[in-house]
Amino acid sequence: MTTTYDGTPPAADTAAAGRPPRPRKRDVQGTKRLAALLLSPTLLVLALVIGYPVLAGFRESLYARGEGLDADGFVVQGERFVGLDNYTAIFHGDRGDAFWNAFGNTTFFTVTTVVLETLIGVSMALIMQRAFRGRALVRASILVPWAIPTAISGLLWRWIFQADGAANAVLRHQILWTADGFQAKLAVVIAEVWKTSPFIGLLVLAGLQMIPRDVYEAARVDGAGPLQQFWRITLPLVKPALLVAVLFRMLDVLRMFDLPAVLIGVNQKSVETLTMIAWFEASNLRYGSAAAYATILFLYIALIAYLFVKLLGADIIGEARQQTKRHHTKRHRRNRPVKGKRKKVTA
Amino acid sequence: MTGSLPKRVLSYLGLALVAVYCLAPFYWMTVSAFRRPQDQFDNSIVPARWSWENFHAVFSGDNGFGRALLNSLVVAGCTTVLTLFIGTFTAYALARLDFRFKNAVLGLIIATTMFPGISQLVPLLKLFTDIKWINTYQAMILPSLGFALPLSVWLLTAFFRQLPYELEQAAMVDGCTRGQAFRKVIVPLAAPGVFTTAILTFIAAWNEFLIALSMVNKKEMQTATVAISKFTGVSGFDQPFGTQMAAGVIVTVPLIAVVLVFQRRIVAGLTAGGVK
Repeated sequence: MTTTYDGTPPAADTAAAGRPPRPRKRDVQGTKRLAALLLSPTLLVLALVIGYPVLAGFRESLYARGEGLDADGFVVQGERFVGLDNYTAIFHGDRGDAFWNAFGNTTFFTVTTVVLETLIGVSMALIMQRAFRGRALVRASILVPWAIPTAISGLLWRWIFQADGAANAVLRHQILWTADGFQAKLAVVIAEVWKTSPFIGLLVLAGLQMIPRDVYEAARVDGAGPLQQFWRITLPLVKPALLVAVLFRMLDVLRMFDLPAVLIGVNQKSVETLTMIAWFEASNLRYGSAAAYATILFLYIALIAYLFVKLLGADIIGEARQQTKRHHTKRHRRNRPVKGKRKKVTA
Repeated sequence: MTGSLPKRVLSYLGLALVAVYCLAPFYWMTVSAFRRPQDQFDNSIVPARWSWENFHAVFSGDNGFGRALLNSLVVAGCTTVLTLFIGTFTAYALARLDFRFKNAVLGLIIATTMFPGISQLVPLLKLFTDIKWINTYQAMILPSLGFALPLSVWLLTAFFRQLPYELEQAAMVDGCTRGQAFRKVIVPLAAPGVFTTAILTFIAAWNEFLIALSMVNKKEMQTATVAISKFTGVSGFDQPFGTQMAAGVIVTVPLIAVVLVFQRRIVAGLTAGGVK
């Protein structure tokens, strides 16, 4: 992903490569130079705040801090090269257990929250689409969980999940939600799903509204029931929007930190995620092993993103890609024509 | 707009369910903030006695909450202004210019939004310790650019592409240079989009936690989200939930107000960007 990037604005070498000038009256060389000029600040900043840390982090993960003996038996202070020791240490003994626990938690949170969010989000979108009135009001309320900072929502749910808090009062049970254990995992899942499923609902609703009504009318004429309509029309047509939303949610949960850290606490076995374990190492100044954890998480996320895009064909740059060739002649605007069409049908 | 009565009732019921799902926890936070500290653990739906005591507590004592709010404002504000300034140019190039590797650049920018903050943080933490940047604003602003810049470039590109190219062409036919056409035609027309991007970026930066938590260990430099999570009670042991809820209300209500006022724009931005 970002690791290969070296800071040269990509358009600069195109100019040097001397592509045959395209049959257009504008100055192509000038366009390229302009593109390079306009892109370079962003690429430079990203190289500095993301490209550099990835590389430096990988280098860091091969070093350890503290005293040690060099090859001749002299005591050396500061950083020394330890090769893959930081990585092997992660997978062995107690630390190995801690790592696999965090890895398991991260994966568990990702799977459960994303599945629940998708189900709840899609249902929300369907409910809102069917609504006769009051849709605007509900759409406003849907933005509330999204706007609350995650750390604050962590506190809010910690308050709700108090021993004598609202959750137990509603359930009429005494559950120690915030104590280390499975119920703590559950608390995190509930809080996370609450905050993010409205977001999926919003994206899916936007996708739903782009489906022209006549498609449904045609299906009804052909005798398709509501369920069939959902599986054969709604879902396939919403799929591109949904896939992108799900991908972004997944990648976001994989790096989860704020919510479990505030809701349950750091260094709690039941909710410790990979980011939390790396953060804990870094805050104890063990940068080498923190960087090793971070690198593993980075690779895990990259792998999942790659698989997701490859297997399910989520097109993340989607609309932006199409217009490379033809935006001067035929500008592709998906929203407008469909909206217009639908208005015509309903009128 | 026809529908049988049971269908209609069902639809309203569904809407009510969605609204309750979204609002109930937030309502609970607000109500808890307005309870008197002595009946903080009261679980009645409406407080028996309303009071501002929790809000006074937020700003009193050694919480330093006013300063924390200011810090949040500085960090989120600077991040927003910087990303908009840098991002507008890039977004323009991505939306309007034809060049090779455009898809690669787009892919790169979107890939950075998936980037786990912790792998960025560890090396920067070490670097900033070495150059004595710990407890400074720039130590929080610079890493924040890592997520804010791709977000705003992505959104701005989507907004710029929605503007008709003909307008710009007309301006150039009339003798504007490309730069002038951008400044005098695109920027004013894109103002709503830029504004939406600004709101979304600001919210993302305002809600940031991990960077702010790690780069700062002095109380005076904490941002609001970090400060609230570190509030201590009088005895130091029991978590001062009432105060925290009040502080949470203070931090979120302005955001929610902005979000509700610009609801349409924000929804358009979120769906156009599809990011966060």
